Amino acid sequence: MSVITRAEVCVVACAEVWRGDGEILASPIGLVPSIAARLARATFAPDLLLSDGEAYLTQGTWAIGGTPPVIEGWIPFRAVFDLLYTGRRHVMMGPSQIDRYGNANISAIGDFARPTRALLGVRGAPGNTVNHPTSYWVPRHGHRSFVAAVDMVSGVGYDRAAANPAAGRYHEIRRVVSNLGVFDFGTADHRMRLVSVHPGVTVDEIVAATGFELTVPADVPQTRLPTDAELALIREVIDPASVRAREVEG
Amino acid sequence: MDRGREIRLRRECSVIKQALGTFTGQGPACAVKKAAMANKQMTEDEVVAQLRSGMTIGIGGWGSRRKPMSLVRAILRSDLTDLTIVSYGGPDVGLLLAAKKVRRLVYGFVSLDTIPLEPHFRAARQSGAVEVTEYDEGMLRWALYAAACRLPFMPSRAGLGSDVLKVNPGLRTVASPYGDEELVAIPAVRLDAALVHLNRADVHGNAQYLGPDPYFDDLFCSAADKAYVSCEQVLDTAELTRTAPVQSLLLQRWMVHGVVEAPGGAHFTSCDPDYGRDEAFQREYVTAAADPQAWAAFYDRYLGVPA
Repeated sequence: MSVITRAEVCVVACAEVWRGDGEILASPIGLVPSIAARLARATFAPDLLLSDGEAYLTQGTWAIGGTPPVIEGWIPFRAVFDLLYTGRRHVMMGPSQIDRYGNANISAIGDFARPTRALLGVRGAPGNTVNHPTSYWVPRHGHRSFVAAVDMVSGVGYDRAAANPAAGRYHEIRRVVSNLGVFDFGTADHRMRLVSVHPGVTVDEIVAATGFELTVPADVPQTRLPTDAELALIREVIDPASVRAREVEG
Repeated sequence: MDRGREIRLRRECSVIKQALGTFTGQGPACAVKKAAMANKQMTEDEVVAQLRSGMTIGIGGWGSRRKPMSLVRAILRSDLTDLTIVSYGGPDVGLLLAAKKVRRLVYGFVSLDTIPLEPHFRAARQSGAVEVTEYDEGMLRWALYAAACRLPFMPSRAGLGSDVLKVNPGLRTVASPYGDEELVAIPAVRLDAALVHLNRADVHGNAQYLGPDPYFDDLFCSAADKAYVSCEQVLDTAELTRTAPVQSLLLQRWMVHGVVEAPGGAHFTSCDPDYGRDEAFQREYVTAAADPQAWAAFYDRYLGVPA
C-alpha cells in the first residue's frame, strides 16, 4: 500500500464512531462520513442500516456517486423522522461551529436576526441531538470552527441538555472527528476531551487551533491507521475517484 | 368508442346498478343518471387568482425536489405580496424572496441540495429583508400535523435545549400530565393554501407520486384550507393504477381544490421518474443570483417578464 493520507485516517476515525452500534440507521452527512459509514458496515459493523441519501435503505457496499447494489427498504424523509424518534439512529453531521460542550451550529454565523453568513437553517439538528447519538465531522479544525460559543445552537450540547431533563434523556454526543484529531466528552462535566491525534499532528497544534480550553489527558495516543483491508475498500471500492482528497489535505 | 373506455363505462354502470339493486348484467347501456363529480382542472393563473396578499401559503416538495415551480412562477407574475411562506425550502423560496413576495418565512432549511446554500435566501437573511420562523425539520412537520388534526399544538422533544426556542420567543413549553417532562408545544401552522407538484392526477384531485419519496405533500394539503396540485399529466382516474401501485396515490380528492396540468412544472427541480434536477440550469440560477444585472436577464428569460 502506498502512503496513507490524512483523509484516509479521517475516514477510519469517522467509521469508528459507529462501532458497536448494532442494527441502527447510520446517517452520515457529507462526503468523508459517507465513505466512513460504508466502510464501517463493510468491516466491523455489518448490521448497520444505510440509506442511499434519498429514499432507499440499501445493502452492499457501493462507490461515492454510484448506485447501491441491493435495495432492502424504503425510508422517505417522513420515515427518517419516525425512526429518529425511536432513537435507533446515529447521525454524523458537519457543523460550521462547535463549542466545548458539543453545541453545534449549522444555521447562521453572526446575529441570527441579521447574520453575516446565513447557512442552511437548523435542519434536523435540534431533534437529532435530543433523540439519539450524534457525532460530528469538522474538516477544517481552527478558531472559526472550534469556538468558545456557537452563534446559533442547532445541535444541543451537554450543558444545554443538562439544564432540561427532557432534553438530556436521550442525548449523547458520541465523538467529534476533525482533520487534526478525535475528541469525545468523557470528562466529569462533559467538556470536550482530546482522544487521539492524527499521525503527523501534535497535541500543541490541536490546542493552538482550538478556540476553547480542551481537556488533554497526560498520554494522548495516535489515531489508529487504516488496515490494508480498509485501505483497499476505501481506495478501490468506496472512493476510487479519491473525492476524499478534496475535503482533507495532506 | 375505444375498447378501454368502453370497459371503464361498463364497469361504472355495473357498480352503480349493483348499488341500486338492479343489476341486470346486460350491455354497456346504462339507464342510471349519475351526477357529475367536480372537475377541478384549472390553469396556474386561475389558482393564483384564488390567492390573496397576506395569505399563509405552504409549498410542498423538499429542497430542490418536486417543487411546484410553474405555480411559483405564476405567483411571481401576479401582484400578490406580503405572503407567509411555509416550506422545506429550495428555489421556490429563493424566487419568491428575490421577487419580494415574502413577509415571513417558516422553514426548517433552505437548500438547493447539490448546491447547499440558496443564494436569494442568504441575501434576504443577511440583509434582514424577511421575518423568519426557523424550526427543526421535524418541528415543522408537527406544526403542519397539528393544523391537519385541528389541534392547537403538538408536543415535541425536538427544539429543547436549542436556540430555536430563543429565536422564536413565542414558542412555549408544556408539562407532561403523565410524568415530569417539559416539552415544546409546537403551535399549529394552518395554511390558507398549499401548492404541490406530483407526477399524475385526475381532474378530481386524486394525485399520484411515482418517485421514491412522497415528501410531505399530503400533509401540506391536509393542513390547508385550499390545496392546489400541479402535475406532469392529467389522466382518467382508472389509468392512475393501471401501471402503478395504489400506494402511489398520495392525495385524495377531498384534500384538493384545484388541479393544474403542468408538464415540466417542477423544472428545474427534480420530478423523478419523469425527469431529474436540471443541474446546469440550477448552476446558472445560482451564478445569475450573484449579480443584479445577470439576475434581471435570467429572470426575464425564465419568466418572460421583466424583473
